[in-house]
Amino acid sequence: MVSFTPTDDQQLLVETINRYALNDLRKHAHDADESGATPANVIQAGWQMGLVPSAIPEELGGLGELSAVTGVLAAEALAFGDLSATLEIMTPALVAYPVALYGTAEQRESLLPLFLEEKAPRVSAALLEPGVFFDPHNLQATISEDGLLNGVKAYVPLAEGASHLLVYASSAHNEQIEAYIVPGDAPGVVIEKRELLMGIKALPTYRVRFNDVRVDAAARLGGAVGIDYQRLLDRMNVALAALAVGVARASFEYARDYAKQRVQFGKPIAQNQAIAFMLAEMAIDIDSARLMTWEAAVKLDAGQDATRESYLARQFADQMVLKACDHGVQILGGYGFIREYPAERWLRNGRGFPSFTGLAMV
Amino acid sequence: MTINFEIPEFIQQQTQMIKWVAESTMRTVARDLDEREHERPTAFVETMWPIVRDQQASALAKLHGTTTEPTEKRERPSTRVLGLMLLIEMLSWGDAGIYLCLPNPSLAGAAIESVGTTEQKMRLLQRFAEGDKPVWGGMAITEPGAGSDNSSMSTTAVFNEETNEWVLNGEKIFITNGKLALEESNGLVIVWATVNKAAGRAGIKSFVVEAGTPGVSIGKVEIKHGIRASDTVSIVFNDARIPADNILGSAEVQASKESKGFQGAMATFDASRPLVAASALGIGRASIEFVKEKLAEHGVTIPYNLPYHKLTAIQRDVLEMEAQWQAVYLLTLRAVVMIDQKQPNSLEASMCKAKAGKAITFITQKAVELLGPMGYTREWLVEKWMRDGKINGIYEGTDQINTLIVARRILGYSRHELA
Repeated sequence: MVSFTPTDDQQLLVETINRYALNDLRKHAHDADESGATPANVIQAGWQMGLVPSAIPEELGGLGELSAVTGVLAAEALAFGDLSATLEIMTPALVAYPVALYGTAEQRESLLPLFLEEKAPRVSAALLEPGVFFDPHNLQATISEDGLLNGVKAYVPLAEGASHLLVYASSAHNEQIEAYIVPGDAPGVVIEKRELLMGIKALPTYRVRFNDVRVDAAARLGGAVGIDYQRLLDRMNVALAALAVGVARASFEYARDYAKQRVQFGKPIAQNQAIAFMLAEMAIDIDSARLMTWEAAVKLDAGQDATRESYLARQFADQMVLKACDHGVQILGGYGFIREYPAERWLRNGRGFPSFTGLAMV
Repeated sequence: MTINFEIPEFIQQQTQMIKWVAESTMRTVARDLDEREHERPTAFVETMWPIVRDQQASALAKLHGTTTEPTEKRERPSTRVLGLMLLIEMLSWGDAGIYLCLPNPSLAGAAIESVGTTEQKMRLLQRFAEGDKPVWGGMAITEPGAGSDNSSMSTTAVFNEETNEWVLNGEKIFITNGKLALEESNGLVIVWATVNKAAGRAGIKSFVVEAGTPGVSIGKVEIKHGIRASDTVSIVFNDARIPADNILGSAEVQASKESKGFQGAMATFDASRPLVAASALGIGRASIEFVKEKLAEHGVTIPYNLPYHKLTAIQRDVLEMEAQWQAVYLLTLRAVVMIDQKQPNSLEASMCKAKAGKAITFITQKAVELLGPMGYTREWLVEKWMRDGKINGIYEGTDQINTLIVARRILGYSRHELA
């Protein structure tokens, strides 16, 4: 039966997140962007909403609710508040979800309890690589047959001080992408200086080098079976599309409210079709992207092939969020360009989505 | 409740059956009927009439309270408009012009359903539920001087108390199936007219004009860019007299600023706009499928996992066509499900319609471009799909009017505040 209504539990969760996003995330977003860090207590409050812990299997103490639909609903609501903080809160999921989905019994038992602690574990995942032609299916990082990991990763969130890194690399012997759980302090792991990005400035990301890092067979996620890499990429695409919807909606709602109160030539500028039509198109494309994201997430939860839906949702959302954030700045005019107002921050954050592969997962 | 996009099994089965109709009675004659404008798609009409008629009969039986449907079926949530959406999508995949020739009450039915009394529904819709000869309905709103601004229409309706009749005068244009409804079958057309020009919107009422009404004549039969299998006509009313009880809604001119009658009439757009979007989806899907099929013959396939720099320009275009289609599909699905759930959907209806008009134009124009010199020939149907597709951004409110409605809704503005 076709329905667009989330479950009662999901609605409750979204309401809770909405309050947190407005009262906490949005309130600190500007200063966090300028200073390069979201206050730890704000992140901690986000972690305590329990999104990642509830996804941990029941037999290990979680609620066993790893749902892509719940994930996209939460992602949009959080990103509406602030994208940097959302990515920071969700970084543990980059390790928790792949381990929960594909980990061997030993890997699940040793790692997943970390995510049930009061404080978020400091872990991260390394997928992106520096370079113009990054292709997730053709990673330059490699695992040699004798278990040596080599390569450079980029946009690794919270890498400094991380106890574990989930590293994606091309396997020399079967040309597949594999994932390895690498201790953050393993010999040969070099966490370089924090990266300087156009946006998501409150999220610390690092370039990480792997120089002949020795990994044993037990570190290979999923053991002999390995991972369903495309499925993980699907989950990343869906998550990023949902985050893009949240950012776009923030820009849209702010511009809408501004346009209704900003008076020029004796009337609110929203009463001009030139402005009103921009807002209408933003609203239509935001709804479109959200529905595409939901559709892909439903397929993921149903265990169906969701590669096409996830990819199209991400592609659509990547373009949509840029346009929505650009319109947001444009509608605010001069104020859109001033850092005191949030519109320019959303434009900087929104532009990044095509490059954020690997930074979020549902 | 939970978020779900799965189409019920019985609707999927219905859609498969309709696909057969589309392949055997529409695709086979699509080109010929486009070239020989105004000829009738006889096989399609004959195939569809018994199906449509029997559905209408069962709907009327429910109204009479004589339905034989099991209680269980009656009590489950309605999927009527969802089924209609997918029916129209598939028929338009077959051929959008021929789809419009579907013998049914069409927009007239929607108006009578939403505004008419039970007596009117039973009296006026019975003709669509019986007989061997197909019957059509139509809707007459537009005038030469009143398009999107339909409140400025000048066709008049004057009540004659002596004969207990309404007397209509004026000219209506761009009426889909007007000729089929009034000259070639025992159908009817809903006509919007003013009973008091000075009252503006409040004076506008809708009237049911039945086939055989004296003083009604078909004027011009338009020669069009696309949907050529469908007739689009003008109707002239010259002291046309219709029974007193053929007015839909109240005859009174309300003093309030926004007339309920006019709003009621406008509400039929909330139902019809998603169905126009559904038709656009059918044409769009036909175009995308055909383009992919032809590209595949030349070794070009569409990947769903490559980064931007590894895609060719053609692959990027096709992916964009598919994404736009998917957006319209989901917006339309939402708008029709809201109708089935009896929720107000004015915003969502205009959203899907505005998006559909732009998307179908983009998709079909791209399709012609991507197939090179062959895409432009009349040997293939893509050029026709481009011409057919264009109408979806025009009728039932242009893309601009629907964008304006969306803008007013999201801003909370009246038509005075945002003109």
